[in-house]
Amino acid sequence: MKSEHEEIKMWTPTTAFLVLIMIFGLVIMVYRLFKGLGAVTNLSDRFPWGLWIGVDVLGGVAMAAGGFLIAGAVYILNMKKYRPIVRAAILNAFFGYLLAATAITLDIGLPWNIWHPIVMWQIHSVMWVVAIHVVLYTSTLATESSPIFFEKFGMEKAAGFIHKIIVPVVLFGVLLSTLHQSSLGAVYLIAARKLSPFWYNSQVPTLFLISAVMMGLSMVSFETVLSEKYLGHKADIGILSGLARGTLITGVILFIAKIWFLFSGPGIPAAFNGTMEANMYLLEMIVGVVLPIILLSMKNVRENMKSIFFVDILVISGVLLNRLNVSILGVYRDQASTGFSYFPTWMEFVVTFAFIAFAIIGFKVSVKYLRVFPKTEAQH
Amino acid sequence: MADTKPKGVLVDLTRCIGCRGCQVACKEWNERSVKKTVMYGNFTNPPELNSECYTNIRYIEQDNGGVPVWSFVKNQCLHCKNPACASVCPVEALKKTEAGPVTYNFERCIGCRYCMLACPFYIPKYEWEKAVPWVRKCTFCSERVANGLVPACIKVCPTQTMYYSDFDGVRAEAERRISQNPGKYVSHIYGKEEAGGTSWIYISGVPFETLGFNMAIPAQPYPDLTWAYIKKIPAVIGVVIAAGAVSWAITRRNKNMDKEE
Repeated sequence: MKSEHEEIKMWTPTTAFLVLIMIFGLVIMVYRLFKGLGAVTNLSDRFPWGLWIGVDVLGGVAMAAGGFLIAGAVYILNMKKYRPIVRAAILNAFFGYLLAATAITLDIGLPWNIWHPIVMWQIHSVMWVVAIHVVLYTSTLATESSPIFFEKFGMEKAAGFIHKIIVPVVLFGVLLSTLHQSSLGAVYLIAARKLSPFWYNSQVPTLFLISAVMMGLSMVSFETVLSEKYLGHKADIGILSGLARGTLITGVILFIAKIWFLFSGPGIPAAFNGTMEANMYLLEMIVGVVLPIILLSMKNVRENMKSIFFVDILVISGVLLNRLNVSILGVYRDQASTGFSYFPTWMEFVVTFAFIAFAIIGFKVSVKYLRVFPKTEAQH
Repeated sequence: MADTKPKGVLVDLTRCIGCRGCQVACKEWNERSVKKTVMYGNFTNPPELNSECYTNIRYIEQDNGGVPVWSFVKNQCLHCKNPACASVCPVEALKKTEAGPVTYNFERCIGCRYCMLACPFYIPKYEWEKAVPWVRKCTFCSERVANGLVPACIKVCPTQTMYYSDFDGVRAEAERRISQNPGKYVSHIYGKEEAGGTSWIYISGVPFETLGFNMAIPAQPYPDLTWAYIKKIPAVIGVVIAAGAVSWAITRRNKNMDKEE
């Protein structure tokens, strides 16, 4: 079966630019392998984790949450409305996880030992839990998205087999995602007294899960609008409105949870004490939670593609900022207390942009050559 | 005679004269190189532990009614009873041994550096400049200890600042010194409670908070913090699978009633 989008022009100036960044990033990655982390990053004994963990891994995994949400909605809750975007959502999540896994491999000191957690079990370690989930869920996403590839190469039987087992596979994916999203937050449970009380509390895993759901829904919506704009795929406003409603509901839950933990933790007045942490907390809260709730509570916003797209950007920025706050800015004061400081090198930035470029190009190529957007609504 | 009890060390800060013999002995035994340092207005050298330096002496000058008073603080891994670093290590590269030392096995390590985030004392250091980096920290001279020798730093100390015995023995000795010398020590044993108890503990004549000790470390063992999450995983698995299966069954029925597909 052919893709309906083979007319997409491959070599646009933007694509060429993205490919250039990818090549540049690849060169830096090779350089890092031969010269070590110190030659490429500004990491230090006081700042063992930086931009790659904060954005590429924590941010990337949260962005990929759309995959399990839409797959769950379509295959488990039978919400047929979202069928047209389920393949795109799963494929994007698959790319997201491939990138996060690559970023982790690049970030650890001994990349060739990345397989160790699979055979060296240490069930008391959240990092082990995280590692196992990356492996299992990336495999699950590969299974979920495999029919797209099978169809391309005329392997209808294989595609049919996957279709038969898709419900348990998707359910397994939902389970793994629930655990993986929350376990990334659980990593920080050990950082008692290091992570600022604006972000540290016993429920940081739950907050990671809720914010990942919010981010995931917005991300799917964001990608759908982008596909409409640049890949010529007609987006269905009904789907976007539905996603927006989901984002709104999750946003309200996240807002209540965050206010509760602010109240029971540092106290609500602390958010206005003018410190760097308080300001970052307010910024993340206003951009990623409060503004999206206010805007999405208006019906005309939820029914207009442009305004939905704007809110999507707010939510994505807000959750990314949250991950940066937890991983870098929230621990900054404690870690920098002996004169150490951290700001990423230009090479750390380039590698991060290279990952994003890969995700965009990977998706574009997929839409062009594979049936990522099946014709369903048009047939009725 | 082989003593199988887990080892411990009491560091009596009133005895240290700041000779740095321990720093030199540590470097020799552990075959550590040096890192270039520059004058920065303090005698502590190097200013922080690093991958080539497992122990250093912090030099602290305090003013006691116009008279300068010096304190010297030996600084190294405290070898927690329930170490955060070992509990977070995904591959058990860091491990609390029966004998007391928290040891590192490079063969298992993946280099994730979660130990560095987890340690409340900022002890594990990394070889950032190397393409094949190790996590580095005080080993409690585990090989010496296993062979009945005292750790290198303790062996060379000219003032017996460190009292080497078993885990409970050093606690009893700390209590004894404090109670038998009224006024000499502050009434706190650092490491007795901190992070759930450490194998290396300290007594001091000056308040610990003025010597750069982190007094905010909770008495709760750190591994409990993450275990609180991990122990819930089986329940989450059950709930998600059950909820998913039930909602699938319900929505499936609705779909069949629709007869649309």
